[in-house]
Amino acid sequence: MLSEGGSFMKGMAVGGIFCLGLSLFGSFSPATEHGPGEHHHHHVKAPSKDELTRLSDGHVLELVNQVRVSCIIMVQPKILVYWATVLDTWSKHCDKAVFYTSESSKALEAVDLNEKDDWARLRKALKHAYENAGDLRWFFVAKATTFAIIENLKHLVLTKDPEEPFYLGNAMKSGELEYVAYESGLVLSYEALKRLVNVFEDEEKCPERGHALWTMSEDKQLAVCLKYTGVFAENGEDSHGKGLFNSKSVDSLITDSMRDNPTNVVEGCCSDLAVTFNGMSPNQMQVMMFGVYRLRPYGHDFHDLLVFQPPEGSDND
Amino acid sequence: MKNLTSNFIFTTGLLMGFFSLHFLLDSNSIKGTRGHFVKHDHHHAVKNQTPVDKSNGTIRILCWIMTMPKYLETRTQHVRATWAKHCDRVLYMSSRSTDFPTVGLNVSEGRENLYWKTIRAFQFLHQHHMHDMDWFLKADDDTFVVLENLRHTLSRFDTEKPWYLGRRFAPFIKKGYMSGGAGYVLSKEALRRFITGFQTGKCTHFSAIEDMALGKCMETMEVELGDTRDEKGRQTFHPFPLDHYVIRTPPRRRPWFMIYDFYTPIEGPGCCSDFAVSFHYIRPPQMYVLEYLTHHLRAYGYRYRYHPDDKTKSNTTEHVEVQSPT
Repeated sequence: MLSEGGSFMKGMAVGGIFCLGLSLFGSFSPATEHGPGEHHHHHVKAPSKDELTRLSDGHVLELVNQVRVSCIIMVQPKILVYWATVLDTWSKHCDKAVFYTSESSKALEAVDLNEKDDWARLRKALKHAYENAGDLRWFFVAKATTFAIIENLKHLVLTKDPEEPFYLGNAMKSGELEYVAYESGLVLSYEALKRLVNVFEDEEKCPERGHALWTMSEDKQLAVCLKYTGVFAENGEDSHGKGLFNSKSVDSLITDSMRDNPTNVVEGCCSDLAVTFNGMSPNQMQVMMFGVYRLRPYGHDFHDLLVFQPPEGSDND
Repeated sequence: MKNLTSNFIFTTGLLMGFFSLHFLLDSNSIKGTRGHFVKHDHHHAVKNQTPVDKSNGTIRILCWIMTMPKYLETRTQHVRATWAKHCDRVLYMSSRSTDFPTVGLNVSEGRENLYWKTIRAFQFLHQHHMHDMDWFLKADDDTFVVLENLRHTLSRFDTEKPWYLGRRFAPFIKKGYMSGGAGYVLSKEALRRFITGFQTGKCTHFSAIEDMALGKCMETMEVELGDTRDEKGRQTFHPFPLDHYVIRTPPRRRPWFMIYDFYTPIEGPGCCSDFAVSFHYIRPPQMYVLEYLTHHLRAYGYRYRYHPDDKTKSNTTEHVEVQSPT
C-alpha cells in the first residue's frame, strides 16, 4: 500500500512539475484564457464617409472638440536629431505634446524621467501623462523615430468613446499574446490609460521589472498588463481595412508594393489616411511635412466633414 | 500484476498533479470583463471618394518624354504608370519607334545628339499636333510632373503669345533659359517660332546642350521667358528632388545645385509652391512615392494655409494678372 501511495505521489510530483515547466515556456499559458464564446474584435476601423454624414452638424462639432490628443514622445540624447525633428514637425499637430527622456540634454527640453530601463521609463511617462491629462481623452505614445499624422489619428477615433477602453495601433501577435507594436505608435483612450495606471500598482500582474525569466520588450509588457484589466490590442484600419499604423517607411512600403503589386503600386501600398510610418530619417520627416500638409494637386476638394486648423507659429505645414 | 497497478497509480498521480496545478494557475488567470468590451460598428467598404475637379478642362497639354530604348523598362514604364496618365496626350520620344509605344526620331542616342532629338521631336509635334494641343511640355524619363498644377500655372498665360516656361537659369543666355530636367513648356506661338527659326536658319544646332541651345533659339526668335513662381514667390519647377530644397538649413551661400537659378532661390519650407509642378532626378520608387504623397496621402480635414483662390481675401480679386510680352 505504501509503495502504491509512493507511486502516486511521484506521479503527482512529476505531473505538477511538467505543468509548471510548460507554463513557464509561455507558448502554453494557462494564465491566459480564451473561453468558448469569447470573441475578440481585433480591429478598429475609421468611420466611413456615410457614417459621418449621418451625424448632425452639432454632433460633429462636439466630436471634434472631444477628439483632442495628448502626445507622449519618448526621446533620448543619443537620438537628438530625431528629437529636434519631431519637435519641429508632427508633434506641433498634437493638442499637447510632452517629451520624456531617459536623461536630460542641454539642447532640448523634456521631462527627465532619469530612468535607463525602457519599461520602467515607459511606465513613468504614462503615469505622468495620466496625472496631467487635464481634459484630454486620447493618448498617443511614440518614439521620436516614428512619424505621425495626428489629424488622421483623430479621424480614426472620432466616433469612439474614450470612456471605453481602446488600445490601438499596429496589432501583432507573439504566441498567444496580441500587442501593439511600439515603433508604429500606440493609441490609448482615457479609460485604457486609467486601467493601465491602476494595474501598475499590482506588482504581481504588472511588475516594474518585468514578468518572465527573460525580459520582454516594453510593448509586449504593456499588452500583458492591459490584458489583466480586460483591454486588448486592436489593429487600427481605414474604412477599407488597410492598416493605418505602419512599421516601415513610405519608401520601404512602396518598394515592397512594386514587388508585390507591380501593376497597381500606389493603390496596393498604403492608406490615404495613414497615421504613422517608422524608419524614416529626420530629413525624410521634413519632406513628409511638405508632402502631407502642403503638396497637392490644384482643384481637388475633399469635402471632409471636419476642419482641423494649422498650428500657430509654424511655417512648414 | 503488481507492476501494472503501480504504473496505473503513477499515471493517475501524474494526471492529477498536472491538472490540479493547471486548475490552480487557471483560477488566477485574467478574466475578460466582457461587459466593458468595445462595441464595434462594422462599416461597409466606402466607395472611393471622387474629389471635385475644378481644373480648367479646356487647356490641352501634350507631354513629350525624352527617353531611349535602354530606359523603357527601367524608367519610362514608371512614368507611364504614374503622372503621364494625366496628360491630354503623351508621346515617348526615342531614337527608334517601338511598341512601348515610342516615336522614332531617327537620331542616334548619346549626349551629343540630345539637341538633335529635341529639334526632331518639336518638328514632329509641329507637324502633327498644332491643331489639337495648346501647350507642349518636354520632360525627361526621370522627371515627375503634377499635371493639375501645370495646368493651373499655364492658365494665366496665353498660348497664342510666344511663351517659354519652366525653371529659369541665368548663365550663358542673356535673358536665361529653362532647365531641361525640370521640364519646360512652349506655347503654340513659341513652337511656331522655333520651327520657323530652323527653317530660316536663324536657329542652328550649335551645341548639344539641349536646354541651353533651345534657350538661345528662343532668344533669337524673341520668345518671352515667363515667371512660373506662385503668388508667394515660391518655385513650381524643380531641377532636383524635393529633399534638396525643403530641408531647413541655416542661411548660407548658394549651394552648387542652385548656382544657375535666375531668381534668388529660397532654402527650407519656403522653397517650393504647394502647387509644385515638377521634380527631377526621380528614380522609379520615388515616382510612386511622389504619386502617393501628391494624389493620395493627406491629413484628413486639414485646412491648408495657402488658398490663392480665397474670395474672402480683400486684396486679391484677380489673383494673377495676365502677362503679355512687349
